Amino acid sequence: MPDVTKTAPETGAEEAAVAAAGGPLPQPKPEKARSLWGDAWADLRRSWIFIVSSVLILILLTITFFPGWFTGADPILGDLSKHYLQKPKLGDIGSPDWLGYDQQGRSVYARLIYGTRASVAVGFGTTIAVTIVGGLVGMIAGYFGGITDSVLSRLTDIFFGIPFLLGTMVVLNSFTDRSIWIVIGALSFFGWTQIARVMRGAVISTKQADYVVAAKALGASTPRIMFRHILPNTLAPVIVVATISLGIYIGAEATLSFLGLGLNGVSWGNDISDGGSSIRIAKWIMLYPSIMLSLTVLAFIMLGEAVRNALDPKMR
Amino acid sequence: MTIIEEVSVPSPRDGDGGPLLEVRDLHVEFHTREGVVRAVNGVNYSVSAGETLAVLGESGSGKSVTAQAIMGILDMPPAKIPQGEIRFRGQDMLQMSGEERRKIRGRRIAMIFQDALSSLNPVLSVGYQLGEMFRVHHGMSKKDAKAKAIELMDRVKIPAAAARVNDYPHQFSGGMRQRIMIAMALALEPELIIADEPTTALDVTVQAQVMDLLAELQREYNMGLILITHDLGVVADVADKIAVMYAGRIVETAPVHELYKRPAHPYTRGLLDSIPRLDQKGQELYAIKGLPPNLLRIPTGCAFNPRCPKAQDICRTDVPALLPVTEQDGGELPGRASACHFWKETLHG
Amino acid sequence: MAELSKNDEPQDATPNVSDVEVAEVHSEAEAVTALDAPVDRGEPILQVRNLVKHFPLTLGILFKKQVGAVKAVDGISFDLHQGETLGIVGESGCGKSTVAKLLMNLEQATAGEIFYKGQDITKLSGRALKAVRRNIQMVFQDPYTSLNPRMTVGDIIGEPFDIHPEVAPKGDRRRKVQELLDVVGLNPEYINRYPHQFSGGQRQRIGIARGLALNPEIIICDEPVSALDVSVQAQVINLMERLQDEFNLSYIFIAHDLSIVRHISDRVGVMYLGKMAEIGTDEQIYEHPTHPYTQALLSAVPVPDPEAREHRERIILTGDVPSPANPPSGCRFRTRCWKAQDKCAEEVPLLAIPERFKGADTPAAHESACHFAEEKDVVHAA
Repeated sequence: MPDVTKTAPETGAEEAAVAAAGGPLPQPKPEKARSLWGDAWADLRRSWIFIVSSVLILILLTITFFPGWFTGADPILGDLSKHYLQKPKLGDIGSPDWLGYDQQGRSVYARLIYGTRASVAVGFGTTIAVTIVGGLVGMIAGYFGGITDSVLSRLTDIFFGIPFLLGTMVVLNSFTDRSIWIVIGALSFFGWTQIARVMRGAVISTKQADYVVAAKALGASTPRIMFRHILPNTLAPVIVVATISLGIYIGAEATLSFLGLGLNGVSWGNDISDGGSSIRIAKWIMLYPSIMLSLTVLAFIMLGEAVRNALDPKMR
Repeated sequence: MTIIEEVSVPSPRDGDGGPLLEVRDLHVEFHTREGVVRAVNGVNYSVSAGETLAVLGESGSGKSVTAQAIMGILDMPPAKIPQGEIRFRGQDMLQMSGEERRKIRGRRIAMIFQDALSSLNPVLSVGYQLGEMFRVHHGMSKKDAKAKAIELMDRVKIPAAAARVNDYPHQFSGGMRQRIMIAMALALEPELIIADEPTTALDVTVQAQVMDLLAELQREYNMGLILITHDLGVVADVADKIAVMYAGRIVETAPVHELYKRPAHPYTRGLLDSIPRLDQKGQELYAIKGLPPNLLRIPTGCAFNPRCPKAQDICRTDVPALLPVTEQDGGELPGRASACHFWKETLHG
Repeated sequence: MAELSKNDEPQDATPNVSDVEVAEVHSEAEAVTALDAPVDRGEPILQVRNLVKHFPLTLGILFKKQVGAVKAVDGISFDLHQGETLGIVGESGCGKSTVAKLLMNLEQATAGEIFYKGQDITKLSGRALKAVRRNIQMVFQDPYTSLNPRMTVGDIIGEPFDIHPEVAPKGDRRRKVQELLDVVGLNPEYINRYPHQFSGGQRQRIGIARGLALNPEIIICDEPVSALDVSVQAQVINLMERLQDEFNLSYIFIAHDLSIVRHISDRVGVMYLGKMAEIGTDEQIYEHPTHPYTQALLSAVPVPDPEAREHRERIILTGDVPSPANPPSGCRFRTRCWKAQDKCAEEVPLLAIPERFKGADTPAAHESACHFAEEKDVVHAA
């Protein structure tokens, strides 16, 4: 017969521990502290899209920083004896001859390797600039609201209304010497609006969360609320948009170069442009930079997609 | 481990013999990254025409999942029904084709949800949405359908129905929206209504209105009603019999009056004791210790054993079957059953 | 007031609790005999006078034009004494949550005063406001949204110390946080976990620990248990009662569940459409309500006892609560009231002891804002 007066300590060791601590405890099974970022990372590691795209991006970054590891050839040195009539030696992987030569006798492979740096630099540079500017504008507009929001939002709308490529072309057209910084600057000048809009929306919804109200009730300062409570909870959508747009900026840089308004120097866009005129006789001049460009853009878009899935499981 | 037994409570209004809906040994599980969530673990219940069954349970008890399984609106996957039967007028709906089930859903079994605002389409007028049922299912003309919609709105006591028929859902208050949901459910005169927490989102004074309306219409149409709720108070008013669920199992069934007077399961007793009373200022509230179970790791034996003041060794090893309970002298208690090894002590102690 | 629990609460209660408990029991006995407000408690710790909050309704984006106002709180007054629980009940839209925000200074009052120990906190800002905030804390309704999902439990409970560094020296904070976890019945080892690793009831305990961190005198509880399961509600209510005794806290307990409010409150105020309809001790409100709205509200509460239910009179109100943007003239309840007469549309009833009960030694003699106040027992079976 069970004794009705029996109390917790007699119902087993686990329960005794519960009673001693004065109430309910989580499951007895030991559980590690899991942050939301940690959960997202665990999800990411399982996603094949993430693995494929990050391997691709890792290779790209290695090429960017250590082009010398991949080719000994000089991308600028033209050897007219090796003119584009010399066909690619596809079996000869890694040699300057591998992917053939362009009209001026420069190794297509070497130019591919050294062109990576321009694309990746422009992509990352623009994304960082855009995230900082757009993030700041969106944060301020969303957090303070009212007149500040009205003014900043209209400003965002105005910039959003300018066609992105047309705008950058007009700006770049006024420069004769277009360094990497100028290209990044021009792209960022017209590109920050998307992040600003995403950030503003995320801040407005996070601002109303009870934990922000709770922090205010404790007397927390505005910077504390912004950076400790709101920012960490708005980063997820911003990271997703930033990753995807990184690929898009690389594509934009190539487009500008193709049109003759991009970087002066080695760049995939320039090569695609140069190769266009010889596509019938020497398709490799255009083909390989195009493949490289598509792969790069794809890698970042895939990464963005994988990150989106990991950060926002509801989307699945 | 499965236990199959019949816990149908014969209802006085049950005219034509067999029950309207019969759930037998239903299991539902969800396959997630963390493992298999066993939401429903062998549920048996039945409802007859004109009868109200209240399914009572807290979050995670499986009460809503069971209802969704009956309606056939579970997302599969991740959900899976590894075993069980859901018989509607004797036919197992789980064996039916998608087409056959669609014919039953909405027409013969209708559902009312907790959140009326998100269940109504915000860009269509309520009159249009109500009339749609008649246009689609009965091929009525637009004009006739609208007249029908107004009639229905009158039925659920929406004031000035004819004037409000062209209003949009957001123009109605919470209570009025829930009435519209009831009207939608009633439109095709179903035989069974499943109401999932129909008044939880409403204010107390409106709750009573809506609950009364639902009970009145149920009597009028002689429908079966499954009322899913976590609120012991709401149930007390309208239900004929109650099934109490815990961790995906039914732990007790009883006619409504009996359950409140003499619970036969420690969980039911704990729930009743832990509610503060309006008419007396109690001392310390009784609190069921511990937490609701994690459905990924349901305790072995009786799922309630870690929280139960009466738990013994047998409770940690053997799953108690839901068995009929009797008076101390062996006298029958019709419709009562408890899934507790020590129901005698709980009921009579 | 609650007896200290014996069955599921920890045994680490401080030794002086029993004294407090005796005092509480004592004062309640007095409160019951002397039917007026508890006069023996001295100066109230919090006094609210004619508090008003109107939210402007505007049109236009850049050039806003005010077209009206939502009168969320429209002139309410009440007192809160040390160690007391004042319950505030009402339906959604009655303004009870706005009252909580106003008391926390999270919203700027349109008019009226809130005196904390004689100081009007609606006029404070900067450092003075921050100092007052230490003493008035809040527990939120939804334990799922009130904790920052990207902070550990230790950071959440320790944040009050970051904001008010004078309360706990830096090296001491971790120990303090662990102590607080222990006080609310959570394992102190969970300090590094994240909120999503806890169940609803446990999260609410974390929220309570955060509210306790600065040793406040007043805690405003906005529906603290309505998001929890029934079996967990009782645990949290018991915890709150124990903490009240232990730390001599004053609670303002805002809820729509009348049974829980009765259980925990010493005095209860009933709000309707931004106004206080009736206020008194729990006994006066629940056993001897005189305002028709209170009577309807009480009679509508579902009681988990079908037999008691059948013998109770139920007042079913017709219609819905009118919009606070356009409340009825005179008495705001008149559109749903079965007693309403012409006078109710013309004259706003004041919150005062009704004329007919004045001076009478009856529990019905408490403040009620009705022209035709009349006692009616709706809680007990007839």
